[in-house]
Amino acid sequence: MEQQLQQLKDEALQAIASATDVKSLNDVRVKYLGKKGPITDLLKGMGKLPAEERPKMGALVNEVRGEVTAKLESRMEALEEEAVAKKLDAESIDVTLPGTPVKVGNHHPLTRIIEEIEDFFISMGYEVAEGPEVEKDYYNFEALNLPKGHPARDMQDSFYITEDILLRTHTSPVQARTMEAKEGKPFKIICPGKVYRRDNDDATHSHQFTQIEGLVVGENIRMSDLKGTLDRFAKKMFGEEREIRLRPSYFPFTEPSVEMDISCFKCGGSGCNVCKKTGWIEILGAGMVHPNVLRMGGYDPDVHSGFAFGMGPERIAMLKYGIEDIRHFYTDDLRFIGQFRRTEG
Amino acid sequence: MKVSLNWLSDYVDIEGVEPAELAEKITRSGIEVDAVDDRSEGLKNIVVGHVLECSQHPQADKLNICRVDVGEEEPSQIICGAPNVAAGQKVVVARPGARLPGGVKIKKAKLRGEESHGMICSLQELGFDGKVVPKAYASGIYVLPEDARPGEDALSLLGLDDTVLELDLTPNRSDALSMLGAAYETAAILSKDVKLPETAHEEAAEPASGHLKLRVDAPEANPLYAAKVVRNVKVGESPEWLKARLMAAGVRPLNNIVDITNYVLMEYGQPLHAFDYDRLGTGEIVVRHAAEGEVIETLDGSERKLEPHHLLITNGRKPVAIAGVMGGANSEVHDGTTTVVIEAAYFSPASVRKTSRELGLRSDASTRFEKGVDPNRVIEAGERAAALMADLAGGEVLAGTVLFDELDKEPKRVTVSPDFINERLGMKIPFEEMEEILRRLQFPYEAVNGQFVIDAPTRRVDISIPEDIVEEIARLYGYDEIPATLPVTESIPGGLTPYQKKRRTVRRYLEGAGLYQSITYSLTSEPESQKFALETAPVTRLLMPMSEERSTLRQSLLPHILDAVTYNTARQTSSVALYEVGAVFLGEGADGLPTEIEHAAGAITGEWSGGGWQGGQKPADFFAVKGIVEGLAAELGLSDKLSYRKAEMEGLHPGRTADVLLDGERVGIIGQLHPSEQKARDLKETIVFELNLQRLLMEETEALLYTPVPKFPSISRDIALIVPKAVQAATLKSTIRANAGNMLKEIRVFDVYEGDRMEEGMKSIAFSLTYLDPERTLTDEEVSEAHNRILAALEAEGAEIRN
Ligand SMILES: [Zn+2]
Repeated sequence: MEQQLQQLKDEALQAIASATDVKSLNDVRVKYLGKKGPITDLLKGMGKLPAEERPKMGALVNEVRGEVTAKLESRMEALEEEAVAKKLDAESIDVTLPGTPVKVGNHHPLTRIIEEIEDFFISMGYEVAEGPEVEKDYYNFEALNLPKGHPARDMQDSFYITEDILLRTHTSPVQARTMEAKEGKPFKIICPGKVYRRDNDDATHSHQFTQIEGLVVGENIRMSDLKGTLDRFAKKMFGEEREIRLRPSYFPFTEPSVEMDISCFKCGGSGCNVCKKTGWIEILGAGMVHPNVLRMGGYDPDVHSGFAFGMGPERIAMLKYGIEDIRHFYTDDLRFIGQFRRTEG
Repeated sequence: MKVSLNWLSDYVDIEGVEPAELAEKITRSGIEVDAVDDRSEGLKNIVVGHVLECSQHPQADKLNICRVDVGEEEPSQIICGAPNVAAGQKVVVARPGARLPGGVKIKKAKLRGEESHGMICSLQELGFDGKVVPKAYASGIYVLPEDARPGEDALSLLGLDDTVLELDLTPNRSDALSMLGAAYETAAILSKDVKLPETAHEEAAEPASGHLKLRVDAPEANPLYAAKVVRNVKVGESPEWLKARLMAAGVRPLNNIVDITNYVLMEYGQPLHAFDYDRLGTGEIVVRHAAEGEVIETLDGSERKLEPHHLLITNGRKPVAIAGVMGGANSEVHDGTTTVVIEAAYFSPASVRKTSRELGLRSDASTRFEKGVDPNRVIEAGERAAALMADLAGGEVLAGTVLFDELDKEPKRVTVSPDFINERLGMKIPFEEMEEILRRLQFPYEAVNGQFVIDAPTRRVDISIPEDIVEEIARLYGYDEIPATLPVTESIPGGLTPYQKKRRTVRRYLEGAGLYQSITYSLTSEPESQKFALETAPVTRLLMPMSEERSTLRQSLLPHILDAVTYNTARQTSSVALYEVGAVFLGEGADGLPTEIEHAAGAITGEWSGGGWQGGQKPADFFAVKGIVEGLAAELGLSDKLSYRKAEMEGLHPGRTADVLLDGERVGIIGQLHPSEQKARDLKETIVFELNLQRLLMEETEALLYTPVPKFPSISRDIALIVPKAVQAATLKSTIRANAGNMLKEIRVFDVYEGDRMEEGMKSIAFSLTYLDPERTLTDEEVSEAHNRILAALEAEGAEIRN
């Protein structure tokens, strides 16, 4: 019987070793260790043995069974690992293939510029004011110190609808309307919007374009406040190293009037093609609100003063992104708009 | 305005100031200098030559062989092709080694076998603009006066040893439209004096008034008219220096009389006119308004038809000039003129502006009258011209001035305190510094009780209020000196309004959903303006459109968005998704202005979902766009308020179009372009939407409150139905909802089939229903009961229940 047991053990170990997958190994388990297997049979047949041999034989059978079970388990573990490895290997992919595209659009570059400007001024306590694109002559011109017959309001330069109604030529009428609405209270606003002028569309002109203007009215608003505000704006928009300078200019609705240049962001001031070799780039027009404009808006120029400034998002975008033709903004070519998705900085 | 520095230095000392430095100073203190033109730049080795002999080239008809004395021992042989070259002339010679503008280098050369040692030059070859070259020399070489010495440097003779500053004047600074104005500005900047031109001249004993009568019938339009009479003038070429200065200023020399009036115009900014006294014919000048339909032939040879508000200079019988705008041909100075009437007048700016605009005639004169000339220099300018005519044309000036004068010449008085100036600027400029600046500006003032009482010079028409003085002080003190501060105001919180915030949300959402933002034109053609409009109203048309294509304000954003889609697909971008947020313009609202309503619209064509190497591409369809609109509604908290209804609209597919309703009110449209529209625009299937964004954003939504996450499980049941194709999902849904009781949480369509396996005209549609009670676990029995109720109701409505 001992011999029979030994042979059985050898056979089982042989079978375990030659099992090549989990399934065949399971068959081995059933064959040798199952309820109907030879080892179970041997244990059952123990009753026939003399009583004194039973413990010895029992221990022997258990030992064999233990050994076979242990071998089987370790073999099983190995085979399972092998199977997993095989499966993983079969599942491996080319990670250099491109990912599934996510469909995302993006904003227009003018919106990008306008929102950046809005957000800066909002952080400085400004409200965003808006108004109609079709305006009364009164708000577009008269309330801004441009009475009828003023040379700066040439009928030829504006799109009139009737004698008294036109497409606004600047966003300044929003300033006039805001002054009326604020009824003498101090305020800070920024006014973005579309404006229209009678121009033939070419690389530098567009009959429709955008503007952003700002207006601050209160007691004792000074020209130094204008300068400080524009200085912060220039640094925020074009980089902390930027310097600004003011040059005298003329607008009917401000007095004094200035133009603001920033030190060239491309060459830093040494002169290049962007700044036309001057080291400075003209960015916006500004000034102290003309007393006539304050008066017409319901403010007493002896008590109140204010400053205003205005700029063209197209020009800023063209400078900032190196765009050469204003018509790109209104062609809506995806190969153009699509370039303005990513963040900067 | 072109300012020759040679000329400028007649009036103000600019010795030792580099042109570039002067230009920078002028720019920084008020007047932008556009260009600094060194006229001698690139010019070298250019001398006076004396043409000794001139004969035709044996091998070439059009060439001449000239022997030219250029101040050397031996004359040089120079080949010249100009038709006007002749022996005896003094000419400009570019010698071998010379340089001409544009980098041209002159070398010894052989022309058809003959040597040429240099080139005889035209003015254009020396860098003059053809427009200012005297007509006699316009198509040939320039001839110098006889007293020019061979070998002498020709540049200074021609005024090319000069730098010209080009001033870009803002409309308020018309005072600088003259050399004297530029001199006052320069003097203020450099802190120098201004030396005025010489006006003194000898006068004949005979008074001018004996020869010329004057009547002004329109004193409002012409409050000052001064006439000088100069006789025995010899009309001829002006001296070299005068021609050179006019050309530097951009004026073409004509003859000495006309050149002098132009010279004084440039010098004083006061336009003058010279009449031929004999051609005037009547010894009289009458200034009056035109009669209806009156006609005059102007100097440029055109017939001009006039209107009653146009001001005329007449000889008492017929017009001889349009006042302040242009002279008439009939009284023009010509070579044989001997007696000249010089007109120096003040014409009202409004009158001249209107006339010049209506007649389409703009001249150096009208530009200056329009802005307002200096009332105190009108008569002086006439005297200056008379003095020059005596000096340069040998004229005899008759005594006195024939004058009509009702012009107010008082300076404007401006009172301003130093405190006001400093407060406005945010500076602390000392009183003495302000006084110094007023002195430099030559603004007469008195300090009274600590206030400046200033008599603003009449040449500065732009100075009239205290703020103007603030600007003058600031610009000369230097804007760089202004400190940078921030406004100290009541602290008002800034920020976006809820509307503006929501609008930004909408844009972000649409971009996140895959659409690119477009910005298109508001103006379109009248027929396009109402296409796809959600709501049409009378159109808003421009009075004077530049083209029919941009004549009318849009009432829908879609036509231009679709143009942009076509633009892209025509350029190999086959999948296009664009949106725009912008105004449409409807009829006439409050104040007579059109009602502007903000819309959001978009269009999608080409592949929409899937893509990449994994395949699964699906073209855009109605439901892709409807999904975007539904998502937008969810973003705005309006999901429960929006519904959709089958609709029709011209240009859209009749079976694939829906109205978008907000609580039953039509606020938008979604649809596929009609196949014929697609074909016309050369587009594949394209789906569009347009929403009244303003209406959606104005809709108030309830405050956002959290609903507890359910603690009890939900139970799902599916229903599959077979119904006729025409039965809408929405109808079935409402039947389900009406019969479900309050445990029904959600109904979801999860399958629709209309294919071959269905009976003709039928479709199958499957819903998944979710039941939930937040307070307890539902039992199968109660869900089944509700579910059976629903099935019964659906069957009652003719639906076949599938198992
Ligand atoms: Zn630069």
